[in-house]
Amino acid sequence: MAEKKWMPRWFYQLASPRWCYEITGKLLPWFFAAAVVLLIGGAVWALLFAPADYQQGNSFRIIYLHVPSAILAQSAYMLMAVAGAVGLIWKMKVADMVLKSAAPIGASMAVLALATGAIWGKPTWGSWWVWDARLTSMLILFFLYLGVMALNSAIENESTAAQASAVLALVGLVNIPIIKYSVEWWNTLHQPATFKLTEKPAMPAEMWLPLLVMVIGFYCFFAVSLMQRLRNEIIWRERRTGWVRELLNKQ
Amino acid sequence: MTPKRKQRLLVVLFIVFGVSAAVGLTLFALNQNINLFYSPTQIAAGEAPVNTRIRAGGMVVDGSVKRDSESLFVRFDITDYDKTVTVEYTGILPDLFREGQGIVAQGSLNEQGVLQAVEVLAKHDENYMPPEVAEALEKAGKMPMPEGQEFNK
Repeated sequence: MAEKKWMPRWFYQLASPRWCYEITGKLLPWFFAAAVVLLIGGAVWALLFAPADYQQGNSFRIIYLHVPSAILAQSAYMLMAVAGAVGLIWKMKVADMVLKSAAPIGASMAVLALATGAIWGKPTWGSWWVWDARLTSMLILFFLYLGVMALNSAIENESTAAQASAVLALVGLVNIPIIKYSVEWWNTLHQPATFKLTEKPAMPAEMWLPLLVMVIGFYCFFAVSLMQRLRNEIIWRERRTGWVRELLNKQ
Repeated sequence: MTPKRKQRLLVVLFIVFGVSAAVGLTLFALNQNINLFYSPTQIAAGEAPVNTRIRAGGMVVDGSVKRDSESLFVRFDITDYDKTVTVEYTGILPDLFREGQGIVAQGSLNEQGVLQAVEVLAKHDENYMPPEVAEALEKAGKMPMPEGQEFNK
């Protein structure tokens, strides 16, 4: 251990599948409780108490599903790309597993965002689908997820599969700023972002507060499903090691 | 960080920045083709091809909507508060269509510069800011007050 450590200690600890399994086991109930409370509370607030839009009426409420799922689809992709980079550079097996576990969750979020957008687009714009920059780049994000999932299941060797999908995840990372800024760089039918980091949201607080609750709830839900998939993956890949056998014997 | 890891870090950075540069240049070159629609200013400047399927976007001018009492024919003007384009359309308009609303019409320009639309989509922007129109307005220095910034009524 003469080599100087570049990263904080927890980073190297997380690289141990066993330690990762134990810490996620401790975190899981908290995130699960937070997700349940925030999602149920946020949904009730959003669907029953938030005011209806003066122009669209109640159909605007789909924003409370659409925006969180779209944000999550992009965040999950960024997490996947970071895990891919860590897996490539440090050769950490846990990072490979995170990448593999995050892909299907991100893909379902992308589907949810695309579907809710289409359902909203038909009555509001008058069309299910338009090939504008925002919608198209979001569709590409979905295909990137499918590509990562396909690579992971097509290549039998675990480390080769992880390398290939990590490279694809990194290549696709360029799509994230394109999605984000598509509505500003080009003329699109899609309206600009509801939430901006630097500005106040362009809607009253009684409308965006439940949206914020839903977004945080979606993040917690993502954490829960990611940790559960990750734990399954750890158990499966470490099934021949002593600590997993011990764990199984205990149950 | 071991030399090996450093080398792999460089490879990762090379992938990310190389791909970003390539995609960035491609998008820059294709810039005009990615825009969903032409603004009235672009059409007035002759940037939009005539007799070809294009889209035009703008705000429906107040008082410009003329409906035919016998058919579904409707004629209206769209503007970016700088230039104006007349649109003719036969068909059912989206629910959100009204004067002052941002819309995107697909169709072809005839020699008189009138857009013969086959499809009219409402651009939902009242609650937020109409980005393209607002941008065009800001450039022209004629920022109007968009009606109905409020969600509730």
